[in-house]
Amino acid sequence: MSSNLVLVVVVAFLVGCGVTLMLERSLTRILVGFVMIGNGVNLLFIIASGPAGDPPLLGDVARTDMVDPLPQAMALTAIVITLGMTAFGLALAYRAWQLSGHDDVQDDLEDDLVRRRAHRDDVSASFDDVESGLPDEEGTDEEDPR
Amino acid sequence: MLGLITLHFLAAAIAPALTRWIDRRAFLVLALVPAASFAWLLPRAASVTSGGEPVVERVSWIPAIGMDIDLVLTPLTAIMALVVTGVGALVVAYCAWYFREGDPEIWRFSGVLTAFAGSMLGLVLADNLYVLFVFWELTTILSFLLIGHNPERKANRRAAMNALLVTTFGGLVMLVGFFVLDVQAGTARISEILADPPSGPAVTVAMLLILVGAVSKSALVPFHFWLPGAMAAPTPVSAYLHAAAMVKAGVFLIALLAPVFADVPGWRPSLIGLGILTMLIGGLRALRQHDLKLLLAYGTVSQLGFLAAVAGAGTRSAAFAGLALILGHALFKSTLFLVVGVIDRTAGTRDLRELTGLHRRLPLLFLAALLASLSMAGVPPLLGFTAKEAALAAFVDLGEDAGLGAWGTVALVGITLGSVLTVAYTARFLWGAFGVRDVAAPELRPVPAGFLLSPVVLATLGLAGGFAGPVLTPRVATYADQVAEGAHEPVLTLWHGLTPALGLSVLAIVAGVGLWIRRKQVARVQESVVQRLHLPDAELVYHDVLRGVDRFAVELTARTQRGSLPVYVAIMLIVMVVVPGTALVGAWSDIAVRGPDNWLQVAISLLVVVAAVMTVRSRRRLRAVLLLGVTGYGTALLFVIHGAPDLALTQTLVETFAVVTFVLVLRRLPPFFSDRPFTTARYLRIALGAAVGVAVGAYALLASSARTADPIGQRFAGPAYDFGGGENIVNITLVDIRVWDTFGELAVIVVAATGVASLIFLLTDRATSHAEARRDRRQVVSTEAWMQGGLDVPDQRRSVVLEIVARAVFPVMMIFSVYLMFVGHYEPGGGFAGGLIAGLALMVRYLAGGRSELDAAAPVDAGTVLGGGLAVASLAGIVPALLGYNAFESGIFDIPFPLLGELHVVTSIFFDIGVYLIIVGLALDVLRSLGGGIDADSDEEPMVQGANA
Repeated sequence: MSSNLVLVVVVAFLVGCGVTLMLERSLTRILVGFVMIGNGVNLLFIIASGPAGDPPLLGDVARTDMVDPLPQAMALTAIVITLGMTAFGLALAYRAWQLSGHDDVQDDLEDDLVRRRAHRDDVSASFDDVESGLPDEEGTDEEDPR
Repeated sequence: MLGLITLHFLAAAIAPALTRWIDRRAFLVLALVPAASFAWLLPRAASVTSGGEPVVERVSWIPAIGMDIDLVLTPLTAIMALVVTGVGALVVAYCAWYFREGDPEIWRFSGVLTAFAGSMLGLVLADNLYVLFVFWELTTILSFLLIGHNPERKANRRAAMNALLVTTFGGLVMLVGFFVLDVQAGTARISEILADPPSGPAVTVAMLLILVGAVSKSALVPFHFWLPGAMAAPTPVSAYLHAAAMVKAGVFLIALLAPVFADVPGWRPSLIGLGILTMLIGGLRALRQHDLKLLLAYGTVSQLGFLAAVAGAGTRSAAFAGLALILGHALFKSTLFLVVGVIDRTAGTRDLRELTGLHRRLPLLFLAALLASLSMAGVPPLLGFTAKEAALAAFVDLGEDAGLGAWGTVALVGITLGSVLTVAYTARFLWGAFGVRDVAAPELRPVPAGFLLSPVVLATLGLAGGFAGPVLTPRVATYADQVAEGAHEPVLTLWHGLTPALGLSVLAIVAGVGLWIRRKQVARVQESVVQRLHLPDAELVYHDVLRGVDRFAVELTARTQRGSLPVYVAIMLIVMVVVPGTALVGAWSDIAVRGPDNWLQVAISLLVVVAAVMTVRSRRRLRAVLLLGVTGYGTALLFVIHGAPDLALTQTLVETFAVVTFVLVLRRLPPFFSDRPFTTARYLRIALGAAVGVAVGAYALLASSARTADPIGQRFAGPAYDFGGGENIVNITLVDIRVWDTFGELAVIVVAATGVASLIFLLTDRATSHAEARRDRRQVVSTEAWMQGGLDVPDQRRSVVLEIVARAVFPVMMIFSVYLMFVGHYEPGGGFAGGLIAGLALMVRYLAGGRSELDAAAPVDAGTVLGGGLAVASLAGIVPALLGYNAFESGIFDIPFPLLGELHVVTSIFFDIGVYLIIVGLALDVLRSLGGGIDADSDEEPMVQGANA
């Protein structure tokens, strides 16, 4: 089966531009990129379903010229999911702005702490390195040494 | 038998409630369960051990993979089960006096201990490798919970973790061994494997892996360090889990396999070697303890080594002695722990340096302890003596029976030395607990008679066992007879005649007592040896290993986990380009392309491409979003040209809704993106974007060209009409043919909508926005305005034209949305498109009149709409299922209607109604949160006015 070169080019551009945006730190740009990739991928379904034809409506047309309905159904759910994702991402962006005054995605603090521990040749925060006391079924530890 | 196990777990489930009700007396009730099991098992065990057929029980568990719950009562499992239930009943009953009245922790303890008793019973009765493994790990976890009974001490937490890690590690290694054994034997049923044992290198490996599990569970060197730590558990637990039952699981497994697999290469050297080493190390360390419980714990380590060596030796006399020793050890060691528990509770200490003169003040307890100690030391006339005689006799002949030659003699010397140490630490225990020394006598609390019941009964059984040789011998022999005859027939008796074994027994007792008498010198020598040799402490080695793993994890995390989202995304995308991309280049052939379907397509494509590139270049947020809208509408037009009106309709509506939502949020964000200078990073992003774009385009070309079969979708037309009852195949696909996909999607949308609302209304629940509005509206009663809600919009921002249009258009849009939903079966439309139109109608009202106008237009909570939609959609699936059809199966009804003809009703319309409601709910949540919620925020903090979008 051959594919429609024009649509392939459109998909390549939409995905390429979307990826470029998604690699940014601004949540708005990431979202815009996400939606754009979504548009590109939905077109991918159209490319896969063959040449253009009549809509898959049984009432009006002969069944032979009809385009494949299955990719359309898949793309349709994808479009609506993208809307839900967009709304959620926007809520995140707004929340990030509320908390920090901008909507940039920051590096994870915990990961930074781990990096510092590695630099100090230290063990992880949850590692129990302190030797203290004998086990006993009753009583508690005295003041925590830390 | 499965009933017995289930009974334990049921009892465990009600135990917490029971302890709340009758407090510590609950243990007496709970003890009835193992006691009843014991009573049920006793006659059957008697029959099995006197040559009766094994009792087999099989319950189908996962028939698809041939997994059944197989339980069996053989001589070995029957005796083990009697030990587990008998000692279990006595220990659980003992708890009723051990714990203090009103102890706040016993509700958990009682349940865990009873569940443990059930798991242990399951473990010894299991006749299937995997069933055994399940119960094995259950005992591990329950033991962890019991050791961590008092988690307030760090040492206790570490002890519990050590026990868990060590035994789970062993258990997992063992599981691998089980897999190999299962594959080699072709069955997971233990009795079948033993009846027809496989052989070969794979089986050797499997056996050694299984032994790792047994060795770790039974606390043999090098895993022995977890058991003394496990003494953090309450003393009854030490008596039961860490003396009589759980630590015996390893020995039990060895005893189960030894008769058949002892000749596997490596079996005897590892088990006898490790066993004797453990026996010696445990004995030596026991001599250095002052805490009576720890002394017994190291004594247990030593005894477990002895048991493993004897049970694993694999000759008939050794197997016989091994089982007898298991029985003897269970009786005397649990007695001794229970005695220590009584001393601890009565005198308030377990430190032998603070105890004095207890033998006179607690005579009955002393008598029980004396009997058990003599049994442990191997002094006649107790079961410990007859069993140890049998073991010594077996090892005298070991070289000959097992073909070990001189190594047999070495092993004999080893266990004799171990026995000397056993006598020495037994003497230390008795002297420590009951002896007289020059300290102030501790205050004693009165001892209730019931508290002494369990230790006295167990000690008496040990005494009776000594005289019961003629009864026990044939029964234990039914297990040992699986092994080929050896140089002598084993027998449990108090008098063998003047045998080498008797001589060794006497030697052990004399030398052991001698060691105890010269204890001061012994301690000094021991100390100097320890100091000079710098022997690695197993626990420290283990700790260092754990530390090493932790450090490695920190380094690895620091190097791989940068915490930067762009880096993560980039790595994923690079993998996507490189790995499948390489395959793509390899498979690149026969690519067929064709030109555009028409010239309009080219023009729109050009528009979309230009808009996409400009989106990347734009530095204003609003510009980026509007350009994104252009690509979206362009995509919709491309859908139209392709012949996908449903897609085009949905895409257009979604795009409109999305762009407005974007703008609602962007009005608060800064107008420009954060300024970033042109850097290499930017070029790298563009390069990666280009690479991904090219790769995806190439995948599209190759994937389409690689297609050989006809699309399945072409066959949807017939069923869509015949079973789905509609003409719009895309819609029928959504609500009928692939309805489960759509249903999953609806769930995702509900989650996303709820997520949006909860991100914005963090502190208040979302119902308030609309409930508050309703309260406010009652105060402002005005029917003259075009819009009631418009009142809270400042006059200068109001637009009369917009308000009038919004009010006029709203009902039309709502009716149209319902119409779209209903015609979806025949024409483009459906629940998604209808719901989106309704959402846009609400949006128009909100834009014209603010958030209270939205509440006036939709006086319901978004959560109710979402939940209602999900409920309707679910019912569309459930009702047909309840009526005996497939879930979501469509019913088609032609209802004759007077005058109008026939009304064609397809039941999948109800699913579409659910879809419609959920989309409306999403729209409502988005408008309330990102519209109204943000409005409310900016009203509260007018100083921080965001950018004017």
